Amino acid sequence: MGKSKIAMVFSIVLVLASYALLATKGLNYGVDFAGGTIVQVKYDTTAPIDTMRDKLKGNELFSGASITEFGSPDEVVIRMKSTTGSVTVDIGDVTREALKGSGNFEIRRVDIVGPKVGSELKEKGIMSLVLAVIGILIYVAFRFEWRFAVASIFALIHDVSIALGAITLVGLDVNLDVLAALLTILGYSLNDTIIVFDRIREGVTNSKNSELADTINESVTRTLARTTLTSLTTFFVVFTLFMFGGEIIHAFAFTLLVGVVVGTYSSVFVASPILLWFGFDVKLYHEKLAAKAKREVEKQRMRDQYESGVM
Amino acid sequence: MKLNYRIVIFALAIIFGIGFSAPSLLQLEDGKKVTLGLDLQGGLHMLLGVKTEEAVKSRIKSIAASVKHFAEREDVLIDNLIFDESSVSFEVLDSDELPKVKEFLAEVEGSDIANIGELLTLTLTPEEVVKTEKEAISQAIETIRNRLDQFGLAEPVVARQGEEKILVQLAGIKTQEEEQRARELISRAAKLELMAVDEERAARVYNMSDADAAEYGDVILSDVKNPEIKYLVREIPILDGGMLTDASMGFDQNNRPLINFKLNAEGAEIFGDFTGRSVGKRLAVVLDGKVYSAPNINERIGGGSGQISGSYTVMEAKDLAIALRSGSLLAPIYLMEKRSVGPSLGADSIKASMVALIGGFILVIIFMVVYYRAAGVIANIALIANLFIILAVMSLFGATLTLPGMAGIVLTVGMAVDANVIISERIRELVYEGKSMHKAIEDGYSNAMRAILDANITTLIAAVVLYAYGTGAIKGFAITISIGILASMLTAILGTHGIYQMLEARIAKSKNNRFWFGIKG
Repeated sequence: MGKSKIAMVFSIVLVLASYALLATKGLNYGVDFAGGTIVQVKYDTTAPIDTMRDKLKGNELFSGASITEFGSPDEVVIRMKSTTGSVTVDIGDVTREALKGSGNFEIRRVDIVGPKVGSELKEKGIMSLVLAVIGILIYVAFRFEWRFAVASIFALIHDVSIALGAITLVGLDVNLDVLAALLTILGYSLNDTIIVFDRIREGVTNSKNSELADTINESVTRTLARTTLTSLTTFFVVFTLFMFGGEIIHAFAFTLLVGVVVGTYSSVFVASPILLWFGFDVKLYHEKLAAKAKREVEKQRMRDQYESGVM
Repeated sequence: MKLNYRIVIFALAIIFGIGFSAPSLLQLEDGKKVTLGLDLQGGLHMLLGVKTEEAVKSRIKSIAASVKHFAEREDVLIDNLIFDESSVSFEVLDSDELPKVKEFLAEVEGSDIANIGELLTLTLTPEEVVKTEKEAISQAIETIRNRLDQFGLAEPVVARQGEEKILVQLAGIKTQEEEQRARELISRAAKLELMAVDEERAARVYNMSDADAAEYGDVILSDVKNPEIKYLVREIPILDGGMLTDASMGFDQNNRPLINFKLNAEGAEIFGDFTGRSVGKRLAVVLDGKVYSAPNINERIGGGSGQISGSYTVMEAKDLAIALRSGSLLAPIYLMEKRSVGPSLGADSIKASMVALIGGFILVIIFMVVYYRAAGVIANIALIANLFIILAVMSLFGATLTLPGMAGIVLTVGMAVDANVIISERIRELVYEGKSMHKAIEDGYSNAMRAILDANITTLIAAVVLYAYGTGAIKGFAITISIGILASMLTAILGTHGIYQMLEARIAKSKNNRFWFGIKG
């Protein structure tokens, strides 16, 4: 466990750095949560971004619009904060009209999220994160012990914080897909943590050694191969998704990529030491188990007596 | 080699998987197939809101119209007929006729009637206002559905979302023009009104403001073709589209498209009465607040049918007839959210996610074989079976495969082998400890079981929450992840266990642990 102190410091630094980033640079909410419009345009040739800016200038709707390349030089997305309420002629149609004469293009995607829907989605999104954490907490507390649950929640917060920090660092738009990726990280990271915890539980139950640190150490070592292997296979697929999955799921794949790495790290270096810190008392646990076993035996004896008495 | 129940179930699962995924994979004519989400096949997704306050307003307006018609029919003299957001008021000139008028007003549902002297005020109750607003939403859903059913796209989705939002999903829209046509059809109020031109003041229309017109109970409407041409018409219409029974496209003598409409019996009577009384005056045919024509009335028009001429294309006339036939929207609708994906982008997304799926799949398969040898091959069989089962279950339930859903399948490939990694590691451990092959396999599975279950259930919890709170395409991710996890319990735990049991004797006999489990030395 000598290395665990270094790891802890490392984790704390990373988490704090993430919060600092979130506080200074801030999360970049995409249209799903902030409301606004995205228009994806594909040109026959390299997109004439300067001409496009010129054409969009002058219309109040496009004030503050940003045009960025999307995957390849002939494809761009226009992001703007404004939305329109008309069903017949919406901001996408206006953009198409405005861009006329800038070359041969095709509008491939229009996302318009009105402010009301945006704030609803944000509310729902936060709700889903909270609910997922609570659901997982209850399950782990039920299956293991409350200290395990708290330790795994610490690991989850650690993972999600660092993932959010990474998203902020590269300046990705936070949209529904990033939220889905964050929820997946929750599930995935916990997956790893539980495998380690399961071993600790097993070790604590079976071994006579009452030194928790030893049990934890041994459990982590024993599951290390599995943790590494599964992380590798998951990393492979997420990496191919990131490389070849297309521009639209780029943010999603990136978030997962960070999550897989951090999630693996945290289940080994964060969750288990925290468990130790919470002072999980092995002796007490053994006593509890023994008492439980005794109760069972007693119950059985009573039952046998009762049944024989009836007969 | 012996058959066991696990291997039988596994074989059945594989047959199920291949059988039910075949229609989707081979694009067969028959059989249930996976539906591609709008983000993969291209299409239009919209959330619409309804301006329900407008429905209340038009309800009031039509009450005012019926008061006017009642007064004319019964020869009751009334004056100062005005209305606002939720009430209608007027004066009855002869107080002897008050009871008769009140009796008529009492028939208006959900209203309170107050009178101060000869001044009568009818107000809609708050409950009635809420009811009218609710009806406006239901009616909008019904109307939009009717219109889209006649538009010619396969399986349009029109559904209520939450209390007051309308979800519209149109798959298979090919061009921007088609999308715009669909949007026009959906949002068109299609409110037909037949209105009397105020002949007394019509000449002064160009010198009047809207406020001036309102003072006389008139409104100024412009011509549909030429907005410069104005008409001064009575604000309260003679009748409206609610009395329309049919509308269809036809042609005039010059072969230009026009729309024929028919009125119901009540409408025909009102129309007949009015035209009989107004010979020599003009009748404005108003659609969505624009005057389409204002012909002179030459004689009483019975029969209750009429025409709307205007300079439209055949396509426009067809859509307009659909809109009129499906009924008008009681309240205007507005756009709250729109997601539109062109078919070419959808095709690109399918291509990209397929590359990711195949790439990730090959990497995982190679990795498992290199590391675990035969055990890896067995895990890979389970993985392939898993993919078939995901597709089969989705086809069977007609689930929608979205781009995040594809990502979920890719992720499943990486995570589903997890169970086999855990099991193989456990078996390896027991083999190292020198346990017999039978014991190593059985204990390996039972030791791994608890951890696999706990780990999968927590991932499932996250997926279920995502499904409950996610929207649109994200729901697709929750679906594929959940099915993938459940299928992996069947294939990776039960299925591979069956294979090991079948091969157990052979593994024990060969003593080649390097070949079977990739154990060195």
